[in-house]
Amino acid sequence: MKPELEVNLAGLRLKNPVLTASGTFGFGLEYARLVDLGAIGAVVLKSVTMRPRQGNPPPRVTETPAGMLNSIGLENPGVAAVVKTVVPELKRLGAKVIASVAGETAEEYGEVARRFAAAGVDAIEVNLSCPNIARGGLTLGCTQDTAAAVTAAVREAAGDLPVFVKLGVTGGNLLEIAGAVAEAGASGFSLINTLPGLAVDFRQHRPVLGNVTGGLSGPAIKPVALWAVWQVYKAFKLPVIGMGGITSTSDALEFFLCGATAVAVGTGNFVNPCLTTEIIAGLGKALAAENISDIKELIGAAHNRA
Amino acid sequence: MIYEVEIVTQRKVATGCYRLEMYAPEVAQAAQPGQFLMLKTSITLDPLLRRPFSISAVDRERGLVKILYRVVGRGTALLAGRKLGRRLNIFGPLGRGFTVPPNGRFLVVAGGLGIAPLYFLVQRLKALGNEVVVFYGAQNRFKLLLLEDLAAMRVELFTATDNGSSGHKGTVVDLLRTKGIPPADLIYAAGPPSMLKALAALLQEAEVPRAEFSLEERMACGTGACRGCAVKVITEEGPVYKRVCADGPVFLAGEVVWE
Repeated sequence: MKPELEVNLAGLRLKNPVLTASGTFGFGLEYARLVDLGAIGAVVLKSVTMRPRQGNPPPRVTETPAGMLNSIGLENPGVAAVVKTVVPELKRLGAKVIASVAGETAEEYGEVARRFAAAGVDAIEVNLSCPNIARGGLTLGCTQDTAAAVTAAVREAAGDLPVFVKLGVTGGNLLEIAGAVAEAGASGFSLINTLPGLAVDFRQHRPVLGNVTGGLSGPAIKPVALWAVWQVYKAFKLPVIGMGGITSTSDALEFFLCGATAVAVGTGNFVNPCLTTEIIAGLGKALAAENISDIKELIGAAHNRA
Repeated sequence: MIYEVEIVTQRKVATGCYRLEMYAPEVAQAAQPGQFLMLKTSITLDPLLRRPFSISAVDRERGLVKILYRVVGRGTALLAGRKLGRRLNIFGPLGRGFTVPPNGRFLVVAGGLGIAPLYFLVQRLKALGNEVVVFYGAQNRFKLLLLEDLAAMRVELFTATDNGSSGHKGTVVDLLRTKGIPPADLIYAAGPPSMLKALAALLQEAEVPRAEFSLEERMACGTGACRGCAVKVITEEGPVYKRVCADGPVFLAGEVVWE
């Protein structure tokens, strides 16, 4: 029998629990010639702000041990352009769409969410953890008050749509921030964003990245991400989308066992653009091999053996 | 677009420089001069990301694709250690390459390993029966690669080396300044950023209307999604960042903001 991969993420029904992590899959269309976007659980868009943003000066990426640093700086064409050109095309291709919203103020987050909700996206993700911008992102996500204010603004703007708040693990106490965000009306969490990091060119005596600091992603951060999913799953009843260094089916399984209801593939997309669909197939096989009929049986299962 | 291919030959062509030939018939058919491949240099998670390499030549009949590279870090060191017959995971051809007009007279300016994408271009231009002049600079004569192959294609070749061991002593841009820019319908260039910047300035002085430069930048995805490989370009709406991988790697010399 084919194992059941369908999950319900705070009312958002997904035919399988494998998503793309915001910022690592562009607006989905960049990968449409390689990946059947309708076959992925949902496409999570690159974070979008009210107005277009140019992003940070290059170099913007550099490789680090088993990972990479990026400092893109939320480059995006602004919500009006994305709503007009990207969302309808993704819908036409049969994709479920989760829009990632960002901004410098709670009001901006709310307004971007309102535009996406009106455009018919399936859910909103709130990027409260981008480490690469001077105002907004992690600077709002690092205190309970500001994180709650942004969440409340998006909650109010998003209508019936589920709202997932994406947190990092630096800047504030994870569980305290998560608690404030839950109180403010979050439907669930996305864990985790990149970790702050820095690379230095010892020959030229200077930082590698144009923006000096960046966000660390890739397999190097997987243990940190599993820890965050574990903690938040244990403390709250809300669903968690787990991400951070997933490059294989077994990585994905580890996140489910720690408490994720869905997982997102991030940096792994850059190495293997077809990784999402390969993991979807891999999960089916892995469950069948263990006689598990439903992926939901695995969610948080490792907590029973801790 | 993603293939597991076999390494057919791999040969050291200068200190730290290698020429790798792979059997990739689909890529050989599809590739245009100026396009690149993203290669996995390891099957483990470290190094993690693919590395971009310009396609330096194709042999459509035999299904071969060649790259030319220098060992600059762990990824390229691992690639240089790959044995013949081993599999290689490639993604490509990627990017927007050079314009290849059906006829005309063309000038190609190469610095160092910039010869890689330009060699493929020269191959294509010569196959169309065009007249091609090549200005080629490198540190020393041992680092001037593919000279015999260029000679076999009967291009008009001028060389420059930093130490004067071949051709003009100085940079290839100095040489071009000394000799004068030969008349050409289109100028192409690839090489280190300092060379491209100097060449862009020279072409601007000379009021050359159109030159196509192939740029390099650190890349993660290679396909336009991550916005990692940004280059500042002048547009009608002012300067904007474009993606070297998907909007380029070939840009007009006049549109790039040289920083």
